Amino acid sequence: MSKYLVNLKINNMPIAVEEGTTILEAAKKLNFRIPTLCNHPDLTVAGNCRVCVVEVKGARLLAAACATPVSEGMEVLTNSEKVRIARKHIVELLLAEHNADCTKCFKNGHCELQDLSGEYRIGDHVFLDLVKPSSKIQDISSPSIVKDDSKCIRCQRCVRTCTELQGVSALGVVNKGDHQRISTFLNKPLHEVVCTNCGQCINRCPTGALTERNYIEEVWNALYNPSKFVVVQTAPATRIALGEDLGIQVGERVTGKMVAALKKLGFNKVLDTDFTADLTIMEEGTELLTRLKKALVDKDEKVVLPMMTSCSPGWIKFQEHMYPELLDNLSTCKSPQQMFGAVAKTYYADKINIKAQDMIVVSIMPCVAKKFECERPEMRDSGYQDVDYVLTTRELAMMIKQAGIDFDKLEDEHYDSILGESTGAAVIFGATGGVMEAALRTAYEIVTGREVPFTNLNIKPVRGMEGIKEASIKIKSVKPEWSFLEGVELNVAIAHGLANARKLMEKVRSGEASYHFIEIMGCPGGCLGGGGQPIPTSPEIRKKRAEAIYSEDLEMVIRKSHENPEVAEIYREFLGEPLGHKSHDLLHTHYKVRKRY
Amino acid sequence: MSTTEVLVKELVEKNGKTRNSLMPVLQGIVHNEHFLSEEALLCVARELDLSAADVYGTASFYTFLDTVPRGKNIVRVCKTITCHMKGKDEIIKALGNALKIKVGETTNDKKFTLLTANCLGWCHKGPVMLVNDDIYPDLTTQKALEIIEEYAKDVK
Amino acid sequence: MENNLKKVDIIFEIDEKQSPLAILEKTVKRPADEIILDLIDSGLKGRGGAGFPTGLKWKFTRNEDSEVKYVICNADEGEPGTFKDREIIDRVPEKIFAGMAICGFVIGAKEGYIYLRGEYNFLLKNLQKKLDEFNAGMKKTGIDFTIYIKSGSGAYVCGEESALFESMEGKRGEPRNKPPYPTVAGYNSKPTVINNVETLVYTTMICHMGPERFKALGTKDSRGSKVFSVSGDTPISGIYELELGMPLNEFVDGFGDGDTKAVQVGGASGHCVPRKKFNDTIIGFEGIPTGGSMMIFNSSRSMYNVLHDYLEFFTEESCGQCTPCRVGCQQLLKGIEAVKRGERPPAYLDDLKKLTATMKIAAKCGLGQSVGNPFNSIIDNFREEIIY
Repeated sequence: MSKYLVNLKINNMPIAVEEGTTILEAAKKLNFRIPTLCNHPDLTVAGNCRVCVVEVKGARLLAAACATPVSEGMEVLTNSEKVRIARKHIVELLLAEHNADCTKCFKNGHCELQDLSGEYRIGDHVFLDLVKPSSKIQDISSPSIVKDDSKCIRCQRCVRTCTELQGVSALGVVNKGDHQRISTFLNKPLHEVVCTNCGQCINRCPTGALTERNYIEEVWNALYNPSKFVVVQTAPATRIALGEDLGIQVGERVTGKMVAALKKLGFNKVLDTDFTADLTIMEEGTELLTRLKKALVDKDEKVVLPMMTSCSPGWIKFQEHMYPELLDNLSTCKSPQQMFGAVAKTYYADKINIKAQDMIVVSIMPCVAKKFECERPEMRDSGYQDVDYVLTTRELAMMIKQAGIDFDKLEDEHYDSILGESTGAAVIFGATGGVMEAALRTAYEIVTGREVPFTNLNIKPVRGMEGIKEASIKIKSVKPEWSFLEGVELNVAIAHGLANARKLMEKVRSGEASYHFIEIMGCPGGCLGGGGQPIPTSPEIRKKRAEAIYSEDLEMVIRKSHENPEVAEIYREFLGEPLGHKSHDLLHTHYKVRKRY
Repeated sequence: MSTTEVLVKELVEKNGKTRNSLMPVLQGIVHNEHFLSEEALLCVARELDLSAADVYGTASFYTFLDTVPRGKNIVRVCKTITCHMKGKDEIIKALGNALKIKVGETTNDKKFTLLTANCLGWCHKGPVMLVNDDIYPDLTTQKALEIIEEYAKDVK
Repeated sequence: MENNLKKVDIIFEIDEKQSPLAILEKTVKRPADEIILDLIDSGLKGRGGAGFPTGLKWKFTRNEDSEVKYVICNADEGEPGTFKDREIIDRVPEKIFAGMAICGFVIGAKEGYIYLRGEYNFLLKNLQKKLDEFNAGMKKTGIDFTIYIKSGSGAYVCGEESALFESMEGKRGEPRNKPPYPTVAGYNSKPTVINNVETLVYTTMICHMGPERFKALGTKDSRGSKVFSVSGDTPISGIYELELGMPLNEFVDGFGDGDTKAVQVGGASGHCVPRKKFNDTIIGFEGIPTGGSMMIFNSSRSMYNVLHDYLEFFTEESCGQCTPCRVGCQQLLKGIEAVKRGERPPAYLDDLKKLTATMKIAAKCGLGQSVGNPFNSIIDNFREEIIY
């Protein structure tokens, strides 16, 4: 059914838009920007900050542009005297409640309230300061997220993120009136509640109320310390987003510049998490085939299917809280970050003749849950904490700025070797469906000896931004040793964003779906939309980042994990074989049941 | 199963396993246990398949859904303007002295909690107080103290 | 009461010959559109304070195409100075039930809910008993409508209709964005009529006695009568059903203690009228509308205390979601304290008045929008009392 067109005027300019369009959207079409704070393209409409109020001729009240649908004959003014006075008042009121100590704020220069305050030239505060001293005590209990209530403007973007996108609801609105605030169950510290550390709330917080726990100083200290050998690994999704924080357009790949910048910052070796992404595929692919064999041939009832990916630490903690009965479905593979740390402080340290205790492993991640992950007690298989510090893409951008590097002018450089070689399959780990695609490229070939039957190796059915994707591949003409898979229809599913993961888990738990393999990424869009990525985020931005990832894949010489020569080398020299003894010790892990409530 | 768990299950059984039952379930717990304990909130979250933060956030919105321990008898003196004019301050003072607590506090024996409330809807007969669900209009300090004494005796 | 005030007896009138159930039975035999026409003709406007024409509200909801619709009785009377609904619920509950069932018949709803404020829990037992009888009576006579009671738990803002729906749905009582209005998407997002207790009783009575008797009362803009809750400095506080459109001076003559300095019309969110304006103030939609609260203050009262009390009330009872209301209320409260203490100059009161203008047009719901009413009327008329 086609929608009606509604005619209206905005600032005396006529426009016709589809029924149901909001005033905010209609104004945007006419290139009138109406300021917003509580509104976010990923979230439902709240209409609570009131910054977007506009005048509708003939109406007693101003209308919240974000929450008001257009109507026939409506005449809207977005900058009338009434609107300006009200908007300025509202910004002043927000500032009265806000700890506006901007120069000391981690979000200084990246704050929507600061921008708005600057835009309206809010001078001396008219109103009384209402910041409660108690609100200035930050919650630093989480290794990933810092919550500072004194900066909070109650827009509830974080609450909607945690509920609508992530289905977690660790954050909620509590109390009413002057005591209303954003908090957790019984106001417990973040570390004690069901927070998955995904950091999506950070990506949508307009102020400095929610930020990542930053480790910039710690990393500088390590770099300045002559007795430390500091290696850095970069996650797949960092290279397609870092530029956004350094004046480069969304969707532009900056892999070579990022490597160059890291070298300039003083890292002793610049290596790639993509290498261990390939390694993950070898381990996880083998694990999947092994599970299938045990289930289909040995009829082993202890073997649990579907197998689920384990790269996303937000997803892992979600599962530990919400579906502890499905923990055996998780692949035992560590995430690529943690595989890297374990290999770096053993195999690699040996090879370059550095003592593990002198090595510092830093990760650049699109993720804040990785900060929690590296501190998990299970992640010390090298005998030391395998990964020492995790920086977000944003923190790296800050370091690059601090170092005075003109990022845009950098010449591309290459990752160091070894642990720097990677494939297109590893790069696409950064997008939802990417791990699945990489695994299929390898597993299918192992089983049949032929490439996956998709043009250019592009397995289109597992790509895209649909919340839950399903696909099946019929396995035909297998090699003799895989005869049990002959004719098997391999069913896979992919979800990104934990609210979608929850939907999929309900299907699995109820037995409604019979999948063999499931990929889950905790964040919308996968790692490219991770909680550590440049702010802002939106469906449009994530789409561009995904395009960048897939074009990087296309340009890679090698596009299948099992063809990575350094991966072959590490198996030959060190690990032996996938799922072998050494692998088991270094590359695999276990999970723990956490409280759901 | 603890008594709280049994109670929550009963309330959910009676009111239905949907979000729309949240208020009557929470009200039922407060009726029986005087406040919403951590255990009770968690039970409700589990039974109604809601997040614990959501249940707590909802409860904390409502003045009568206390999430801190309260006494067996909760005294709420109306503090709104007409009761103010008719001497609610004296009533509060007298009750505070008799119970040896301040507004917001609970007696050591957990028998009484003294609170104030916004308009109770008895402006023509102020000052007025609620003790649990019972209303006492046209108070004098003496009357208020007598009422409390009755509750203290557990007669009611 | 010696004066010209016309006392009326519609709400509490008990007709031995015709019970509310009988009125209901008689009414549902008539065409629904006719009932709506009668209500529109009567000029009945909502008695909760906002004053939307009841007949139109029913008509809009009737016109919505939906299998499920609801009738809700708003018994969350919480406006300071208002206590008439409690009395109505206590004395003539069947008339409320009948009004709800008539509405259900008109709009095509099968379920009705009474949202009773938690402060009135002591009414529950008796109300439930009467309701059970009434529900049984309806069942017996083949009227397919059932009424249930839901309780509030102490939140003034839940009297705002969309906040009330949220509360009934087990959520925080935060008002929704409008549109959509309840007639389109109310409780459970279904078309809903929500009426105040008193309004529903009037609908029953208009169906009983015809619109003429009601219409004959009041003025052009304020038809009929209304139940007033009279409190404060008056020797005869209590509940009175009076004709609408009366001049305030007549009201003060009838109820004041001879030393009346001001009357707060419409509760804490209403207007404060000083003595000098009693003569030109009409109580009704053409003058100052009211949900029924009339608080009388004599010259011994400090208007600073009165305003402070109101502002404290709104600061606590704001749902807290929208900026103008959450922060605005705190600013007004702390602002007058600062002026009183001399920490801000008297002129700061004018900054605050400007702020109330923003709150009035930019807050999300009626609560924040109306805080300026008491603030401005008290500041304008009793400025010295606030400053010194």
